[in-house]
Amino acid sequence: MATVWVFVEETEGVPTPLSLEVLTGARKLGDVTALYLGSGSQEAMATVGEHGATKVLQMETGDRLPAGPVAAALANKAGEDSPDLILFGQNYTDRDVAGRLSARLGVGVLSNASAVRLVDGRVETDHEIFGGNQIATATCAESPFIVVVRPKSFTAEPMGGAAPTVETLDLPDTGSSEATVLESHVEEREGPQLGEASIVISGGRGLGSAEAYELIERAAKPLGAATGATRAIVDAGWVPYAKQVGQTGKTVKPDIYIAAGISGAMQHLVGMKDAGTIIAINKDPDAPIFSVADLGIVGDVHKVLPKLIEALESR
Amino acid sequence: MNVVVCVKQIPDPATPYKLEEGTSWLIRPEDQVLDDTDRYGVEMGLQLAQESEGTVTLVSMGPTGNAQGIRQALAMGADRAIMIEDDGLRGSDALTTARVLAAAISSEAFDLVITGTESTDGYSGVVPQMIAELLGAPALTYATKVEVGDGVVTIHRQTAAGYDVVTSSTPAVVSVTAGVVEPRYPTFKGIMDAKKKPIENKTMSDLGVENRLAQEVAKITNAPEREAGRRIEDEGDAHTEIVALLEDRKVI
Ligand SMILES: Cc1cc2nc3c(=O)[nH]c(=O)nc-3n(C[C@H](O)[C@H](O)[C@H](O)COP(=O)(O)OP(=O)(O)OC[C@H]3O[C@@H](n4cnc5c(N)ncnc54)[C@H](O)[C@@H]3O)c2cc1C
Ligand SMILES: Nc1ncnc2c1ncn2[C@@H]1O[C@H](COP(=O)(O)O)[C@@H](O)[C@H]1O
Repeated sequence: MATVWVFVEETEGVPTPLSLEVLTGARKLGDVTALYLGSGSQEAMATVGEHGATKVLQMETGDRLPAGPVAAALANKAGEDSPDLILFGQNYTDRDVAGRLSARLGVGVLSNASAVRLVDGRVETDHEIFGGNQIATATCAESPFIVVVRPKSFTAEPMGGAAPTVETLDLPDTGSSEATVLESHVEEREGPQLGEASIVISGGRGLGSAEAYELIERAAKPLGAATGATRAIVDAGWVPYAKQVGQTGKTVKPDIYIAAGISGAMQHLVGMKDAGTIIAINKDPDAPIFSVADLGIVGDVHKVLPKLIEALESR
Repeated sequence: MNVVVCVKQIPDPATPYKLEEGTSWLIRPEDQVLDDTDRYGVEMGLQLAQESEGTVTLVSMGPTGNAQGIRQALAMGADRAIMIEDDGLRGSDALTTARVLAAAISSEAFDLVITGTESTDGYSGVVPQMIAELLGAPALTYATKVEVGDGVVTIHRQTAAGYDVVTSSTPAVVSVTAGVVEPRYPTFKGIMDAKKKPIENKTMSDLGVENRLAQEVAKITNAPEREAGRRIEDEGDAHTEIVALLEDRKVI
């Protein structure tokens, strides 16, 4: 049976949803060891076990930026354990560790994978290209295979596995390649989380101004929806980056996605086109967003949204 | 302070991208543009170098073509460019790219290497970290703000929850996000000056790096297409259609 390592990150004391997705995907490929970054309460370890890990290598970095020391420790450990496959979620620290580990081990990384298979001792991964219109299937001749998996590629599911065995992995001093985390700032957030909400309503440049984003927020309230945005309006400073949906933002897979004043650029589509039902409002009948919309409304967001808000609020 | 900025030339994103028959490698025309993602790195580099009367050197790997994309970055104000072009580098993956860039950078005296977060055509998002590892330098990644003082660099590093303040000594590698600074548009003078700025060409053997070609595209298939549904013109009551659909899907 193949040995599969899965990098697991912690948020507020529990494994991130993305980590649990990747663990779930990994357990179908072999025997799973979780590379757990964080303090790791007993409860957290139990969750990791339920999602498929039989073993945990636990690492704590304190105020050191993790990637350098973690990659060094994992490169050493890989020499002993010889994992066949090392999986990461496509997140910030995950990608940092994956990149550094790849350079240390001298093996490549397959990024942006939406599916992972092991076939005859080789890894095979799928990658959405051209905004998800086509899928490139890649293989890699080196081992261990390092793969970075896009969010929502797997659905996290506990399977009732036993508590894993836990081993602490000490992190070496990496000298001049160390960076230190001085402070952490948490941005205030209201309402449901983008990555987990069952309804998402996003706005784009078609809203016309930062103030008009309020229409998105007001429509979201009665729906219990999370609010999202395109990169165009994030870069313009209308809304924080945390709301960005797409290639360089969040991948969402809600039951309903409402796109208001969004053109539907390839880089936005990859982040939302797997939604159950897509509703788009755009005044340009040729906007690409309409090619993926179940209901496309050719109209002005400033006319349609206020009426929608009124209708929803009066229910 | 001397800054090296890694910049990539890419086929114009406004044109349809094509893959080469057989290898599935992206076809790169003579005319390429500066990856929009890298304009932020160039601007950041220019601002940091300006404060200290340092220089900005561009490093780029890939087919040079007519070097139009590199001239764009030189026109913004960068001092010179190193271009690594070699037929043997075709189809190179992120690790080979990073090895080539790190080898080219290591022969420069630099305080900071600046990269984008993710290239538009490759979007592996791991080249910066690999470069850092190969150079034995810290990687301060996903920067939304960068400050440099006396041998120290401090950034705001984007996180899922907000941001962290992260610091290290220089030399260091910093990857910047879009929006870290507002990239300048080249002036007419900048464009004229760029024509005379030096571009140095290097090959694999100059750098002693080999292409591993460890990854290959086995096949390209069409993704299951999402059918476009109904499209209606708003006559003042389109919102009722949305409400009806939400009711049908039992979410309200
Ligand atoms: C490397 C890279 C990564 C990227 N990553 C992302 C990403 O993660 N997420 C992302 O979203 N983008 C991303 N982009 C940017 C992407 O290419 C587009 O530029 C962006 O999605 C466009 O945003 P938009 O739809 O808000 O703006 P526009 O493309 O300007 O579209 C605005 C739309 O609003 C419509 N409109 C105007 N007025 C009205 C009105 N009154 N009523 C109704 N409709 C109206 C217009 O017809 C138009 O279709 C990335 C780009 C690159 C190069
Ligand atoms: N061929 C290249 N030449 C120069 N810089 C590159 C190249 N490929 C990647 N980079 C740098 O690495 C960043 C991330 O790219 P990537 O890892 O391909 O997503 C880019 O924004 C560039 O700064």
